[in-house]
Amino acid sequence: MRFSEKIPGRVLLVIAFSALSALVLITVFIFVEGVPLIARVGVFNFIFGMKWAPSQGAFGIFPMIVGSLSVTLGAIILGVPIALCCAIFLTEFAPATVRNAIRPAIQLLAGIPSVVYGFWGLIFVVPLIRNYIGGPGLSILAGSIILAIMILPTIISISEVSLLALPPPYREGAFALGATQWQTIHGVLLPAARSGILAAVILGMGRAIGETMAVIMVLGNAVAMPSSILDPARTLTTNIGIEMAYAAGEHRQALFATGIVLLVMIMILNSVAQYALRRRQDER
Amino acid sequence: MTPGPRKSRTHGTLALTILTLPVIVTVSMLSACDRLPEANIVLAGSTSVQPFAEILAEEYMTLYPDISIDIEGGGSAAGILAVQSGTADVGMSSRTLKGDETKLWWVEIAKDGLAVVVHPDNPVRNLTLDQVRDIYTAIISDWSQIGGAKSEIHIFTREEGSGTRSAFESLVMGKVEITPRAMVQDSNGAVRQLVSDDAAAIGFISLGLVNDQVKAIALGSVAATRENVANGTYTLTRPFLFVARNEPTGSTRQFIDFTLSAEGREILNEEGLVTTVEGRP
Repeated sequence: MRFSEKIPGRVLLVIAFSALSALVLITVFIFVEGVPLIARVGVFNFIFGMKWAPSQGAFGIFPMIVGSLSVTLGAIILGVPIALCCAIFLTEFAPATVRNAIRPAIQLLAGIPSVVYGFWGLIFVVPLIRNYIGGPGLSILAGSIILAIMILPTIISISEVSLLALPPPYREGAFALGATQWQTIHGVLLPAARSGILAAVILGMGRAIGETMAVIMVLGNAVAMPSSILDPARTLTTNIGIEMAYAAGEHRQALFATGIVLLVMIMILNSVAQYALRRRQDER
Repeated sequence: MTPGPRKSRTHGTLALTILTLPVIVTVSMLSACDRLPEANIVLAGSTSVQPFAEILAEEYMTLYPDISIDIEGGGSAAGILAVQSGTADVGMSSRTLKGDETKLWWVEIAKDGLAVVVHPDNPVRNLTLDQVRDIYTAIISDWSQIGGAKSEIHIFTREEGSGTRSAFESLVMGKVEITPRAMVQDSNGAVRQLVSDDAAAIGFISLGLVNDQVKAIALGSVAATRENVANGTYTLTRPFLFVARNEPTGSTRQFIDFTLSAEGREILNEEGLVTTVEGRP
């Protein structure tokens, strides 16, 4: 190969690595800033501490870990059934004209900025919960509802793709055996596409656990441990988002340390997803 | 394999574009650095005073374009320390000076009132400072305990590190803590919006930001008004000070004089502060 032929390849390699180096830089920076505080407070006290009051030197983030997990779980419980029904409808039932109208609409849902979701939640969902269900309205329930809507596009489009990718003989075989359309869907198609659907759910969880702006606006951000889904709560992301403006010294380090815990949680989530996907593939 | 002339040209153009991109970015960043003006007056300190100082500085710099003002936050204590060590010309403080600090030159540019606000429909109009504290420690948890309708109190506070929060803590809470169940918002505007929306809510915001969406509670029968802040009967106030190591001279003096002039006071009043001319020894 001539020298001039090699240049584009090399250049692209360098640029590809610069994207990777951004990841390394960010990770190293977060760890350098956050680890000294975790070391001083102690890993156990930091993660399982119940009290967060940086001005008094209390740095416990357990209520926030619970907050993050509960809004994410809530979003999955509310969002996944709707998303799955939508994906099944789009691939198996909808005529082409309806499909061509719904699909861009769902993509549009993904394009709405999170601050708009948060504002809508604050003005519409929060008063609804306060007036008809109870509590202050700013709550885990409000956060779960907003996040459930926000993760719909991710879950719908990936599930739809994995349903469409199934080989035609699956459907044809099921029909040939006399299965009805519904029997085909829940007996053959859904089990066959489950690895893709699982990936969709986990990507949705990743989106939900990392979302900040919309959640700050509807969650209430109280640092106490929530005792019901109508209680306000604080997530790991909103802890950083709401306090970063004036944080200095130890307080700032504690926010970076919160970032470390968030990073580790997301890494665990991704590893579990990878592992699950690989096992499903091996089974086939 | 011999590539056609057209294909290699496309590759060359692509590579060229990719290679020049970082150069353009670097050059534009460097030239941006060049354009940063040299600071003539350095202000540092309270993040509560900072936004007002920024507005004053902006106005001042349009009047005197050859002087530039650099403003940093960091908190009252950091600002006073910066003045003592000489790294800042003017320190911004949102509390009175104490101990050694009283040897410094200072002037009060304005007073800021804190208003305890509730929903306009809330029948409660008057509370004592002790009752406000008991609400914020969750000793009083229902409006019916203090003359309101039977309903759980929804408490709103500001985030850790906020100047408004630390003023509230030192003026109202004293040594006790705000309950962790209090909901936290990161701006005066957010607290006001939520209180205006919820008949059972209570919050605190800068007096200048009270509007007809919320109702400011009277404290010990003294209404939260600008007049009562100015005459000293309303106690939930804090002073905004400019501090200097020695009596300022030159452009620093000129900037402080501008702040205290009728024009400067008008700016501060418009932004919701209550201007007084005090101190200035």
